[in-house]
Amino acid sequence: MRVALKKHWQRALDARWLVPCLLVGGLVLTFAIAHFGLLNNYVQLVLIYVGINIILATSLNLVNGYMGEFSLAHAGFMAVGAYSSALLSMKVLPVAAHPALFHLAVLAGGLVTALLGLLVALPSFKVRGDYLAIVTLAFLMIVKSALENIDAIGGPRGISGIPRLTTLPWVFCWTVALLWLIRNFVYSCYGRGVLAIREDEIASDLMSVDTRRVKVLAFMLSAFCAGIAGALFAHLLQFISPRVFDVVKTTEILIMVYLGGIASIGGSILGAALYTLLLELLRPSTVAGLLSWLPAVVFDPLNDYFIRHLGVLRMIIMPLALVLVMLFWPRGILGLREFRGFIPRRDRRAHGAARLKGTDTHDAADSHSTRET
Amino acid sequence: MTQPGVYWLQQILNALQLGSIYALIALGYSMVYGILTMINFAHGDVFMVGAFICFLAATLLKLPFVLTLLITMTASAGLGVLIERLAYKPLRNAPRVSAIITALGVGLFLENLTLAFYPYPQHVPPLLHNVTWQLGGVALSSLQLIVISLSLTLMLVLDYVVRRTPVGVAMRAISWDKTSVPLMGVPVNLIISITFAIGAGLAGAAGTMYSLAYPVIDPYMGIMVGWKAFIAAVVGGIGTIRGAVIGAFILGGVEIMVVALLPSTYRDLVVFSLLLTLIVIRPHGILGSPRVQKV
Repeated sequence: MRVALKKHWQRALDARWLVPCLLVGGLVLTFAIAHFGLLNNYVQLVLIYVGINIILATSLNLVNGYMGEFSLAHAGFMAVGAYSSALLSMKVLPVAAHPALFHLAVLAGGLVTALLGLLVALPSFKVRGDYLAIVTLAFLMIVKSALENIDAIGGPRGISGIPRLTTLPWVFCWTVALLWLIRNFVYSCYGRGVLAIREDEIASDLMSVDTRRVKVLAFMLSAFCAGIAGALFAHLLQFISPRVFDVVKTTEILIMVYLGGIASIGGSILGAALYTLLLELLRPSTVAGLLSWLPAVVFDPLNDYFIRHLGVLRMIIMPLALVLVMLFWPRGILGLREFRGFIPRRDRRAHGAARLKGTDTHDAADSHSTRET
Repeated sequence: MTQPGVYWLQQILNALQLGSIYALIALGYSMVYGILTMINFAHGDVFMVGAFICFLAATLLKLPFVLTLLITMTASAGLGVLIERLAYKPLRNAPRVSAIITALGVGLFLENLTLAFYPYPQHVPPLLHNVTWQLGGVALSSLQLIVISLSLTLMLVLDYVVRRTPVGVAMRAISWDKTSVPLMGVPVNLIISITFAIGAGLAGAAGTMYSLAYPVIDPYMGIMVGWKAFIAAVVGGIGTIRGAVIGAFILGGVEIMVVALLPSTYRDLVVFSLLLTLIVIRPHGILGSPRVQKV
C-alpha cells in the first residue's frame, strides 16, 4: 500500500505539466494578492522578504554549499547591488515615467555586483579555506567602509527616497528566474566542476576541470544574484545605509543556508522561508493576534508577561533554536538532499545513489579544510 | 604643539595597549583552532560577557581590582568550558561548518541574552586609582602600564605552559596528530576542555582590561573586537601562539597609526585593505607554515 502510494506520488511529481502549472499558478496568485489586496500589506511585505531571502540563501549556497568555500561577503554584494541600482533609478533612468525601467536598474545592479564578484574570485585561486573566509570578510568590511566614506552617496547617512517599485509578483518572477539560473548552473558541466572542487580541488584540476574558470563563474553568479536581491531590497525599503549591510546581515544569510542544508536548492528555500517566517511569527503583536481566541482568563496573564517580553525573548529563542537544529541535524534540514522537482529529468535516477554515497564516506565540509600530511 | 618624536612615542604606547588586548583575545582563537581546527566565533562574545562580569563584580560586589580580575577570569573560563561541552563537543565528528554555524549561534545567543539584561551601554566605574606620569612630554598612565604589563605576563605564562608543562605537550600533540594521540593515553576531552578554559579565561582578562581602558561597554562590542582579534590571529598564522601575539600588535599598531594620520572613519578601510593584501601575498600568515595538500 505504501509503496503504491509512493509510486503515485512520484509519478505526479514527475509529470511534465507540474512545474509550468505551479509557476503560472504562483504568478496568478501573487498578482491577485497584490492587485486585489487579498492579504494585508504586512503579510505581503513578509512574503516579499521571503522571496528576497530565498534569492540570497540560494546564491550563497552556491559558493558555501556546492563549492565548499566559506564566503562571508554576501552582505557586501547585496550592498553594491542595492546602491548601484538605487543610484541608477534615482539619477539616471526616468523610473517615475516608466516603471518597467526599474527592472533595467535591478539588472544593472546585478551586473555591477557580478563584476565585483570577479574581484573576490581572484584571490580564491591562491587562498583557500579559512583564509579565503577572511578575504571575503575583509571585502565586506572594505565595501561597507568605502560606502561610509563616499560623501556623494550619502556617506554613513545612506540614500533615502528611493521609489518603491518592488512588488510581490515581481519578486516572485525574479526569484523563479534566478532559481532557474542557479539550478541550471548547478546541473551543468560547470556545476559538476563546482562539486568536484568541493570534494578535492587538486584532483579535479588533474581530471581536467578548469578550476579557475569554474570558481570565477560560481562567484560571479552568486554575486549577481546577491546584487539583484540587494536591488529589490533597496526598492522595497526605500532607504539604504551602509549599516544595513554588516556582518550581522551575512550571519543571517549563513544561518538560512545552513539551517536549510548545504548543497540543496530546496533546502535554501526551506531555510529562508522558515527563518523569515519564524522571526515574524515570534513578534509580540503576531502572537497576541494568534492567541486572541483564548478565553481572557488564560490570555491575560500570558499577554501580561510572556507576549510583552517576546520582543527580547525572540532574539534569544532564535539563536538557541539554531544551535539545537545544528546539534540534531548537523547537515541542516535538507543537507545534501534535493527536492525531486529541482533535479533535471536525466539525473533523477542516478542522483540519490551517486551523490549521497560520495559524500557520506568523504565528508563534504571537511574537504575544504586543508588536510595536513 | 608637541614635538613629532614625542607624539609618535605616545602613539606607540597607545598601540601597545590596544595590541595587548587584541593579543589576549587572539590567543583564544588561535589555541582552539590549533587543537580542533575550528573557528570559535563565539569567542568575541565570551570577551564581552567577561567585560560584563567585571562590571557586575565592580558595581554589585564592589571588589578590588585583583579579585575582580580573578573572578572574571574564572567565570569566563567556566563559560568557555560550558559552551564547549554543550554546543561543540556533540559536533566534533560532524561537518566542520556545522560547528562554525553553531558557534555563530552561541555568539548571537550570548549577545541577545546580555541585551535582555542591559539594553543600554553601561559605564564601568574606575577600578584603579589612575596616576599619569609625564616623561619628557609623553603621558604614561598607570592604567596603560598595568594593561600592557599584565597582558605580557599572561602571555609569557601561557607560552611557558604550552612549551614546558605536560598539559602543553598534550595540546601540541593533539594539534599535531588527532588520531594517534588518544592511543598514547592522553585524555583528549580533558585537554580540549582545558584549552577552552585557558582561551576563555584570557578573553575574560581582556574584557577586564578593555573595561579599564575604554570604560563604556555594550552587548555588541564583542562582534567587532572579536572579528579583529580573529584577523590578528590569521595575520600572525592561525594555530601558532607567538604568531597571534605578533599579529595582534601589528593590528593595534596599524589601527592607531591610521587614526593618527587620517580621519578616523578610514580606519576599517585601511586595516582591511592591508589585511587583504597581506593574505594574498602570504596566504598562511606571518608565522604559519604552508600546509602541503596531497591528493
